Amino acid sequence: MALVRVKNLSRVFDVSKPWLNRVIERRSKAFLTAVSEVDFEVEPRSTYALVGESGSGKSTIGKMLVGLLKPSSGTVEIEDIDLASETDAAKIDAIRSDIQMIFQDPYASLNPRWRVRDIIVEPVASRGGNTEGLAEKLLEQVGLSVQDAGKFPHEFSGGQRQRICIARALASEPNLIVCDEPTSALDVSVQAQVLNLMSDLKDDFGLTYVLISHDLTVVRHMADKIGVLYLGRLVEEASPNDLFETPKHPYTQMLLEAAPQMDGFGREVQPPEGEIPDPINPPSGCAFHPRCPIAQDVCKQQRPEMRSLNGTRVACHLAE
Amino acid sequence: MADPVLSIRDLSVEIPTRHGIVRPVDGVSYDIQAGEILGIVGESGAGKSMAGNAVIGLLNPPAHISKGEIWLNGQRIDHLKGDAMRRLRGKEIGMVFQDPLTSLNPLLRIGDQLTETMMTHLTISRAEAEKRAVAALEEVGIPGAAERVNSYPHEFSGGMRQRVVIALALCAEPSLVIADEPTTALDVSVQAQIIALLRRLCRDRGTAVMLITHDMGVIAEATDRVAVMYAGRLAELGSVRDVLTHPQHPYTHGLMASTPLASQGKRRLHQIPGAMPRLDAVPDGCAFNPRCPHATDKCRQAPLPRLSGGRAACWYPLVDEKVI
Amino acid sequence: MSDFPIPVKPQSRLRIALDSDLFYTFRRSPVAMVSAAVVLVLMFSAIFAPLIAPTNPFNPASLNLMNGFTPPMTPNAFTGDSFLLGTDDQGRDVFSTILYGMRISLFVGVAAVFFAMVLGITLGLISGYVGGWTETIIMRTADVQLTFPSILVAMLIFGIAKGVTPVEYRDQMAIWVLILAIGLSDWVQFARVVRGATLVEKNKEYVQAARLIGRTPGAIMLRHILPNVLSPVLVIATISLALAIIAEATLSFLGVGAPPTQPSLGTLIRIGQGFLFSGEWWILLFPAITLLALALSVNLLGDWLRDALNPRLR
Repeated sequence: MALVRVKNLSRVFDVSKPWLNRVIERRSKAFLTAVSEVDFEVEPRSTYALVGESGSGKSTIGKMLVGLLKPSSGTVEIEDIDLASETDAAKIDAIRSDIQMIFQDPYASLNPRWRVRDIIVEPVASRGGNTEGLAEKLLEQVGLSVQDAGKFPHEFSGGQRQRICIARALASEPNLIVCDEPTSALDVSVQAQVLNLMSDLKDDFGLTYVLISHDLTVVRHMADKIGVLYLGRLVEEASPNDLFETPKHPYTQMLLEAAPQMDGFGREVQPPEGEIPDPINPPSGCAFHPRCPIAQDVCKQQRPEMRSLNGTRVACHLAE
Repeated sequence: MADPVLSIRDLSVEIPTRHGIVRPVDGVSYDIQAGEILGIVGESGAGKSMAGNAVIGLLNPPAHISKGEIWLNGQRIDHLKGDAMRRLRGKEIGMVFQDPLTSLNPLLRIGDQLTETMMTHLTISRAEAEKRAVAALEEVGIPGAAERVNSYPHEFSGGMRQRVVIALALCAEPSLVIADEPTTALDVSVQAQIIALLRRLCRDRGTAVMLITHDMGVIAEATDRVAVMYAGRLAELGSVRDVLTHPQHPYTHGLMASTPLASQGKRRLHQIPGAMPRLDAVPDGCAFNPRCPHATDKCRQAPLPRLSGGRAACWYPLVDEKVI
Repeated sequence: MSDFPIPVKPQSRLRIALDSDLFYTFRRSPVAMVSAAVVLVLMFSAIFAPLIAPTNPFNPASLNLMNGFTPPMTPNAFTGDSFLLGTDDQGRDVFSTILYGMRISLFVGVAAVFFAMVLGITLGLISGYVGGWTETIIMRTADVQLTFPSILVAMLIFGIAKGVTPVEYRDQMAIWVLILAIGLSDWVQFARVVRGATLVEKNKEYVQAARLIGRTPGAIMLRHILPNVLSPVLVIATISLALAIIAEATLSFLGVGAPPTQPSLGTLIRIGQGFLFSGEWWILLFPAITLLALALSVNLLGDWLRDALNPRLR
């Protein structure tokens, strides 16, 4: 029984210029497909990671999961409820307190004018819940001290702020936490502290994570299942071992090969060809075909369906 | 060994603030040889960029060099001012920054920027400079270089722009290139291209490169030697393989052990307790002592341990601590 | 498991204020300190005018026509009374009229700026946060209004408002009409700045976090965004105060502002200029100097505030 069920999810942004410019310059409207027909499921108490480079649509998916953005088509069901179409206010409210998010920038995600106590209890206080001693309890759980409740965010370092963000995310006792690049703004030694904390909390509270990241080492360390995105499309989904040992999609192979390795002293790799295409005019067929070393004619014409292959799912005509 | 291209001797940078003087760079010494890539690694606030800025004379007042010497090709440059520094910067030192857009003039075609730079610093004719501009773009791997010289910076993608910046940094044939987080803003696949390019150019031309980054993976793959900085001081300096596989300074060891490694799966990550001290609250003695598992009273008192002969600035360097 | 200890001391708002960079730069700027002192002294004396002023210039019982046109610091030829800044044609003490006039000027200025601020912040927040057609309508209205000089807009509003007020209330209402007119002519700046700051803040992650837990747009605007857009508003409010005081003086000088029964600094200057060429220069000069000192120091204070806050508005 999956906790999160994403079906055929797409999101299109209108990136046209204002109509007057369009009329004068004789241009038509421009649309950017950030996410295109993505399917996946997240099991309860697991960590599902979405990896991809810039423009892969991973953050857009994250925002649709938590209801900050509405899908253009397709559905996101969490505990069998679709936030975008549900009309029962009580159900929406119940789901909202079950979903939380941790953001990338610990400096922008805390209101600088609020005291830490008020920040942490807001998810509960705004529903009129009991917040007595809540902030203090959560602060201790994330490794800060009780006295910190009376301080302002600017008195904390980046790592400590991210702990406060985690405390806020835990306040409403959620089941699902979407973590959007939770450690990419942090230094390595602080990143280790935050990742360990996230693992501990997952076990203690029975949490489910959707982890959005561009960092393959973090993803491998945290995830139970990994979905690789390219240009808004899911190209491969596998367990960490399968993905890192036997990547099936040429893009995954390229990504793993290109990532710098800590023990790769003087490693001479053939750097990958080309760059990520413009998402406003994505290539026909398989979006990766212009950079793919094994592309054939069928790849240029037909978009590959997601298919199962030895326990992983891959969207490639040629993978085997 | 040949004379180093760049030699920094006991360099300190000070910034007077209203809470007293802070020292973002404190007694740092290192050399870079021709054809060598020296990595400067450290967490935010370690002073790694500040050291690079001091070399090129780009410290923002009130920050200033308070102590030490900087030698470039046998010439002392730390006291150079204004015009002399600017000439040197273009001619002898090339710069590559994190954001390629800040190094390119958005209003000039990139061909013109390259030609201008070359004609300022090399004694060549315009026709010759134009020819070399195309060659320079070809060398950094820009397809269709002959046409692209007429493009403006905004017409390039992020990775291509960084290539243009590298071409620009190298076109006056400098002996030293300072690259400050050159790949941080780029995607993994493009990052690999840029690192490969830097390495090839450095090898082919014998340019010395100072590569400043926070990414241990980039350090491992790109550099020959590495300097690890902590709270403005040099913690460890040595060949990249030695430092990364057998760190002697407990900080380097902690840093390596806290990085998730592909080969080690889902083990619990090692944590260094605490965070780097703020520059206005650097502890006495070794700056790392409050976070160090091996610290003794000796570490908590001045004078601080210095790199002298050894690799690590530590009273009790680790032996045989294999990390990778 | 705990991060490095940054010294533990829960801070009060006052401590934070005294420790802030703003207070630090203030203490190091002589111009700001002098302007602040001048503004404080003037405001203080305006508020406590009844206690400070030697006479109440608007109480006919205290006036002696024989004291008319007494020069400053000189005993009157008939009564022997001496006045610090002299008297006007009706024997009113100029010093007292200035104190009372400043009360009106400051009251109108502060109230008009407050009105403009509330209106501008509300419209700016809404247009920045909601966007779409709401934003287009509000901001285009603002643009259109900006094409007219604000003093003209104020005169227009003043004229209309006066026209619809019943005659018997006109004098009574004049001050409030004046506040309305100046306030309405000045909201645009606030709305523009607040809209700009709102556009920046609303994309920050703490606002997304609040949206995520289902807070209403109203709550997000008031509780989250408003406190974070106030610093630029503070700068504009200060500079607007100087402009509003001048606008009030201009209107009153032109005779469309404060009524003669409640003369403001502008009214005093209008009255005074009639006597300039007959040699009674003090009736004009002292109110004019007061207006200058008031407007200038408020303005300098605003300039300093803008510079001091600017590095953090990047």
